[in-house]
Amino acid sequence: MTVDVFIVLIPFIFAMLIPIFHRYIQKRHIGWFVTAVSLVLFILLTTYIPRISNGEVITFTHEWIPSLGINFTTYLDGLSLVFSLLITGIGSLVGLYSIFYLSKSEQLYHFYCYLLLFMGAMLGVVLSDNLLVLYGFWELTSVSSFLLIAFWHHRKASRAGARKSMLITVAGGISMLAGFLMLYEMAGTLSIREIIEKVDLIQDSALFVPTLVLILLGAFTKSAQFPFYIWLPDAMEAPTPVSAYLHSATMVKAGIYLVARFTPIFGSEAIWFWLVTGVGLFTLFWGSFNAVKQVDLKALLAFSTVSQLGLIMSLLGMGSVAIYLGYSAETMIYTQAAFAAIFHLINHSTFKGALFMMVGIIDHELGTRDIRRLGGLMSFMPLTFTIALIGSLSMAGLPPFNGFLSKEMFFAATLHIHDASVFSLDYIGILIPIIAWVASVFTFIYCLIIVGKTFFGDVKSHLLDKHPHEAPIGMLISPYILIVLVVGIFFFPNLLGQYILRPAMASIYPSFSSIEELTPTIHAWHGFSPELWMTIFVIIAGILLYRLLKYWKQIYRVFPQKFSLNTLFNNGITLSESLSHRFTIRYMTGNLTDYFVYIFLVFLIIVGGYFLYADVFSWSPIQHEMLEVFEIVLILIAIVSAVGILFAKSRITIVFLSSVLGYSVAFFFIVFRAPDLALTQLVVESVSTVLFLICFRHLPEIKKELEPKSKKIRNLFISLTMGATVTFVGFAVLYYEKFMTISNYFNDSYELAGGKNIVNTILGDFRAFDTMLEVVVLFIAGLGVYTLIKLKAKGGGTDAN
Amino acid sequence: MRINDVILRTVVKVVVFIILTLGVSLFFSGHHAPGGGFIGGLVLASGIILLYITYDIETVQRKMPVDFKKVAALGVLIAVGTGLLSIYFNFPFLSHTDGYYQFPFIGEKHLTTVTLFEAGVALTVIGTIVTMILSISEDE
Repeated sequence: MTVDVFIVLIPFIFAMLIPIFHRYIQKRHIGWFVTAVSLVLFILLTTYIPRISNGEVITFTHEWIPSLGINFTTYLDGLSLVFSLLITGIGSLVGLYSIFYLSKSEQLYHFYCYLLLFMGAMLGVVLSDNLLVLYGFWELTSVSSFLLIAFWHHRKASRAGARKSMLITVAGGISMLAGFLMLYEMAGTLSIREIIEKVDLIQDSALFVPTLVLILLGAFTKSAQFPFYIWLPDAMEAPTPVSAYLHSATMVKAGIYLVARFTPIFGSEAIWFWLVTGVGLFTLFWGSFNAVKQVDLKALLAFSTVSQLGLIMSLLGMGSVAIYLGYSAETMIYTQAAFAAIFHLINHSTFKGALFMMVGIIDHELGTRDIRRLGGLMSFMPLTFTIALIGSLSMAGLPPFNGFLSKEMFFAATLHIHDASVFSLDYIGILIPIIAWVASVFTFIYCLIIVGKTFFGDVKSHLLDKHPHEAPIGMLISPYILIVLVVGIFFFPNLLGQYILRPAMASIYPSFSSIEELTPTIHAWHGFSPELWMTIFVIIAGILLYRLLKYWKQIYRVFPQKFSLNTLFNNGITLSESLSHRFTIRYMTGNLTDYFVYIFLVFLIIVGGYFLYADVFSWSPIQHEMLEVFEIVLILIAIVSAVGILFAKSRITIVFLSSVLGYSVAFFFIVFRAPDLALTQLVVESVSTVLFLICFRHLPEIKKELEPKSKKIRNLFISLTMGATVTFVGFAVLYYEKFMTISNYFNDSYELAGGKNIVNTILGDFRAFDTMLEVVVLFIAGLGVYTLIKLKAKGGGTDAN
Repeated sequence: MRINDVILRTVVKVVVFIILTLGVSLFFSGHHAPGGGFIGGLVLASGIILLYITYDIETVQRKMPVDFKKVAALGVLIAVGTGLLSIYFNFPFLSHTDGYYQFPFIGEKHLTTVTLFEAGVALTVIGTIVTMILSISEDE
């Protein structure tokens, strides 16, 4: 066990401790506790920086289910390190901020439990090497995000937002799982590292392109790319610390991580380039365009996040050209695009985190986030204003803030991309800088809106519930740390480039030999280059359009609400609900006989069908054995009691007759020398008879079933076929040899499991996983019975409060 | 539920101990002879149920204040926990081991970690069955 495994496990361990110990620690302290956990993890991770930047890769493997190739392998390389640092770093800042943000009366231990769960899941995503383990953590981030969005679950909007994000991201996750399985099919391994080594082998497979598309679907839904972005604005119903953490700094970047991680595998495919770059660019434009019309500050930030994620995505797409072209001096410009992607990822986390916290402060202190009610806050909240100004200007791409540097690199990449005469880029490539420039103008406008509409102008105190005042110091610490980073990265970008970004580049371009040359030195001043002119024109056009905002805002009316993606999604949900309702009431009749018919039909089709298909139905009664007298008596008892049940008129007779049948079966087991089964059958039969007798007085008298004759004939047919199938299968398996024989258990049980009782060694050793799950199922069934009865006893409580 | 049955009560006082002993013995003999966690648990559970049937629920609860839901939960935790323990020793999930050990007075004994797993199974079975029967019979 090395430390890096514990980095994944620690959040889970502490998440488990919170529900147990929260009663003994004061409410506020849980927040400190979580902050401390993530801070410790962050510091632990920083100790890896020297080793990772030397090109070292820290792995750890635990064989989990080796027979299926599922191993818990953690893999800490440059790319994982960037994300892990973000997750734990922003995590501790958000933890600190949330202590002051959330009121003491909330169910804080739920909140922090989910938050730790999320942190662990996210670390699991970026650190696992095994595809299926990654998938498990990936879905866990969706689940914990669902819980966090629905934290104020008494509000309808929170529940709706949580459901929406869950549905979209999980749907993408499932398609990603299909992609992973296809990847496994092609490469024969679940380890990402091994797949990357075998990339030449799998590129010619027919499954290659479908796999690529399926995996991208997972990445796009998670990273809120067009047209899946619609869940992100609704997820803003979550408490602001959650929005800052999950929906801007970490979870939504899981898709970016996935794209970066799989670039070595798929990067040389034209479809990959066009999908990632195209979707990214369009999302960049669409997000920034829609952000301008928002009146809720948080919704505005949500759309801005969508657009910035699109920017990072498109940069990664442009970086993949280098994989296609191979390593040379000319491809350096494309590797710089990938470099800029990771750089902007970090920058975005810093300034967007600060901006979200700023909005949280405004919401917390003024009770509104609506820019129509805000204005002139600069003189009341100078510290908050500083955060907003620095964050927004960095997002808009102005110096001296870190956003400027990565934005310039983005422009440079878009300008150079059509130099590559691949993927018909020399024609369409000319569009890329144009879209990027237009999107940047809109970005500039909404940044001005954030600062201008909130902090300048007149105070509309008649629209405010509270008198504006500065936030408590505790809420200001975290955003201030972030904006110090925003400025700090601008002045010392190469420190970041050297130690953090370069190792990440090595993970994206594993086949390139000299990564040192691929990582550019970042310059704040790079002469009057085309990209600088682009920025200058963005500023001019942005200010002009911001001034004239009220004249051209009409264009948003062109897109009516009726045709929006949201309406489409809602209609889809309503439709699927009504369809499934109509379908379900067809077969869920509430009649036990019907359910038996389904079970028997499935059995007949699958088991009977298989035996017919394999042509192994045989009638070969055991000949050389004579039946003893008591065996005949037992058979007669069983037959008589079974037939008697059919004609019994009262329930008590049925109970007794079925007990007789059960006990006679137990005696059969004794006769056939199966003491385990006999014991189990005897005890189960006794317990279930007791259960029957306890329930007895609650049950109504048996009614005469009035069924149409056709149904009776159908049931008779099914039951006769069922009986015949079971009988014949019983005979057939005696001589059937196509399945694996179980006799090796007879040999193995003593040598491998050290037990003489074969039944138990199978249950406890060879198939222990089954047994464990059965125990869990039994427990859940017991809890189900308990809750159903207790809820009914409390007067049919309609709401499960 | 008040029953006034002297014979039943007198018999049960003795029989319950026999059943419970049998249950424990079945549980421990499981590795080499018929028995094991599931059957042992079932027998123990039926012994407890017999107590509940003979005396009323309140009396038994007073003398034996056990929350059987927690027993079941404990069982599940133990069963899953033994699996996790093997991860700690860097073996695949749910790996088990055994060995022969010399003890004072009772001589050489065969001990296995499967017994721990089976204990989890047994506790879950006891907890679940008693919970089910109690909740159904308590329902007035």
